[in-house]
Amino acid sequence: MALSGIQIYKLLPQTNCKDCGFPTCLAFAMKLAAKQVELAACPHVSAEAQAQLAEASEPPVRLISLRSNGFEVKAGNEVVLFRHEKTFYNKPGLFLRVRDSEPVEAIRARVAAADGYHVNYVGRDLSLDGFAVEATGDNPAVFTAAIGAVRQASHRPLILISHNPDLIAAGLRLLDGEHPLICGADASNWEKMGDLAKQHGAALVVCADSLDGLADLATKLKDRGVADLVLDPAARQLGASLLLGTQIRRLALRQNFRPLGYPVIAFPGDAPDPAQEATLAAQAIAKYAGFIVLDHFAAEVMYPLMVLRENIYTDPQKPIQVQPGIYEINNPGPESPVLVTTNFSITYFSVANEVESSGLPAWLIVADAEGMSVLTAWAAGKFDAERIAKSVKGFGIADKVSRKRIVLPGHVAVLSGELEEELPDWEIRVGPREAVDLPAFMKQTL
Amino acid sequence: MPVQIPKDSWAGSVRTVTLGATAAEGGTRARSVTVGGQKTLPFMHFEQVTPHRPLVAIEIKDRRPEDWSPLLLDVWGDAMGDPAAWAKAAEQAGADLLVLALSLTGGDGQPTQPQAAVAAAKAVLDASGLPLIVFGPGQAEADNALLVPVAEATKGERIALGICEDKNYRTLVATALANDHRVIARSPMDVNLAKQLNILIHDMGLPLDRILMDPTTGALGYGIEYGYSVMERLRLAALQGDAMTQLPMIVTPGFEAWKAKEAKVGQDVPEAWGNWAERAITWEALTAVTLIESGADIVVLRHPESVRRVRQAIDALMAVPETA
Repeated sequence: MALSGIQIYKLLPQTNCKDCGFPTCLAFAMKLAAKQVELAACPHVSAEAQAQLAEASEPPVRLISLRSNGFEVKAGNEVVLFRHEKTFYNKPGLFLRVRDSEPVEAIRARVAAADGYHVNYVGRDLSLDGFAVEATGDNPAVFTAAIGAVRQASHRPLILISHNPDLIAAGLRLLDGEHPLICGADASNWEKMGDLAKQHGAALVVCADSLDGLADLATKLKDRGVADLVLDPAARQLGASLLLGTQIRRLALRQNFRPLGYPVIAFPGDAPDPAQEATLAAQAIAKYAGFIVLDHFAAEVMYPLMVLRENIYTDPQKPIQVQPGIYEINNPGPESPVLVTTNFSITYFSVANEVESSGLPAWLIVADAEGMSVLTAWAAGKFDAERIAKSVKGFGIADKVSRKRIVLPGHVAVLSGELEEELPDWEIRVGPREAVDLPAFMKQTL
Repeated sequence: MPVQIPKDSWAGSVRTVTLGATAAEGGTRARSVTVGGQKTLPFMHFEQVTPHRPLVAIEIKDRRPEDWSPLLLDVWGDAMGDPAAWAKAAEQAGADLLVLALSLTGGDGQPTQPQAAVAAAKAVLDASGLPLIVFGPGQAEADNALLVPVAEATKGERIALGICEDKNYRTLVATALANDHRVIARSPMDVNLAKQLNILIHDMGLPLDRILMDPTTGALGYGIEYGYSVMERLRLAALQGDAMTQLPMIVTPGFEAWKAKEAKVGQDVPEAWGNWAERAITWEALTAVTLIESGADIVVLRHPESVRRVRQAIDALMAVPETA
């Protein structure tokens, strides 16, 4: 939370010496509060005030970045509790956990499959962010063998899980030059864990089963010089996770409570009932987790979770749009039909994917509906006969077709009459309401 | 280090709405259900008790819906041909209440007749003791033609009639007033439009504790974030004391999710989408749970397995953790 001008003024020398170039210390403080000048412009500020001002300018939720081999996963730097207030910035990283009790062959195969998983959603290529390796015993050789197996199959960032500092130390030696996350520090091992994190440039998970305990440990670690922390509030149930996640985010944002100003890690795979893993992961996405560790990898669950993450982290002020214009699908010719839709990207991709998979050629006119879906745009007056006619004329589609047929989305069937008036030499057809029904419609009636 | 947990205290609260009337209350329902009453954001048990849990309604139709996903046709099977049998199966699957969605046309392709709609509603009421919501086919004329006789034939049962929209609410509200029913007010994902419709309905004399609002949502991948944020904003406004937003919210994640290609079809889809049945159920369940956490009081679902999962999630969310 940024300090006000008055709060900053209290930390300044208050001599009005003008060495900073401003007439008074208060004027300089106001400029600092507005982030229009640097504190360094004041040559007389005390070291103590400098430290306090630097602290105050830090983000309320510290940015934590895990890196390896060119991959990066970032969490933190969030500024709101509700996405409509501004937006959520750093999508929580999705990690798959393996345990060193599994045979290394099995680990390698599981990691390779998950590492190679890619899925397309509205033109974006989505994939997993990394892997977590958990030690189930106290044997460094077994743990490092498991980490080695993971590294053979994937170069993505890692989370090492053990409360035994010797194991973590052994694991970190394999990850030279990387910035992994280690999990984690508790009341008994925090000093050693903290030192390992510092030494290797790793981020460190703080584990405690109460907010008091978390704040206590985080403060001690920070005082020891460990800056990059992640919180594990030990909640494994849907209700408790929601409460603790909300409380941590509120304390960080509203009260600038530093000891809890870090991203949270969630372990949906630890649910008492494994069927709840997806539900817990979905909650973690919407309600404030920065890192999410899953135990099961299945495309049919990963895909919905990744889509949810895209949706929740969409900037509400910028609807995802595509460029209005003519899109050619399956090499259309002069006889091919002309379909019309809006430039909301989900709408566009739904329609384009269906037409593409039908194998039938078509011209797709994407009208500028200010990034809204068909129904929403129609209700808002951004997708009416006039606008559609303007697109048809403006994009010059008439020069490309000999047979002038336009297919309207079924949801705006009411526009067909007006559109006939706007485009008298065109045949206006009403298509299905949903994109999924387009291939059948095109095959049967066009 | 003792941490002072900040507690929100709000000026406003959500109204309660009761659906269904027992014999003692002038109806025939085995029990009535009540939603709403929250004085905090969803499940913030450390601030205030959550008086009523979110409910799961299962959507059934007056006749077998040929355009539903094959997964749904398989799972409900023959019961889909008979509203009474379907209602019983839905009750068994764990529904807290039922939604009977009337079709635009009958099996013969002709418009659904009022007598047929009344017969379907009566059959459902006879077959199950759960409270009932009835949706018209979604076209103004047909909605009015079918829902008015249904409302009259079920007088006193405290059913909820849907769907009132800005262009078509007068007839439905009038018949709800005359027959002791409730209405569902649907607005297209906009806080101000939702308020405006609530005001219009209330101005006709229907008390606010007889209105549920449906702010409309999108499925996962198809605009859920709009519905999600509108619901968060409506609930925040309600808690801040804006009377015309203090209504319980009902949304239809089942309808939305099952029209998404990811749930609806299993062929000609990318391999990276994985197993169809599990993906479809996950699609519906995650859409529903995400909306429940943003403030939904009733979610209308379609698949029995997603009903089971969503109920399980509600149980977990309603449990007051020791840390609270």
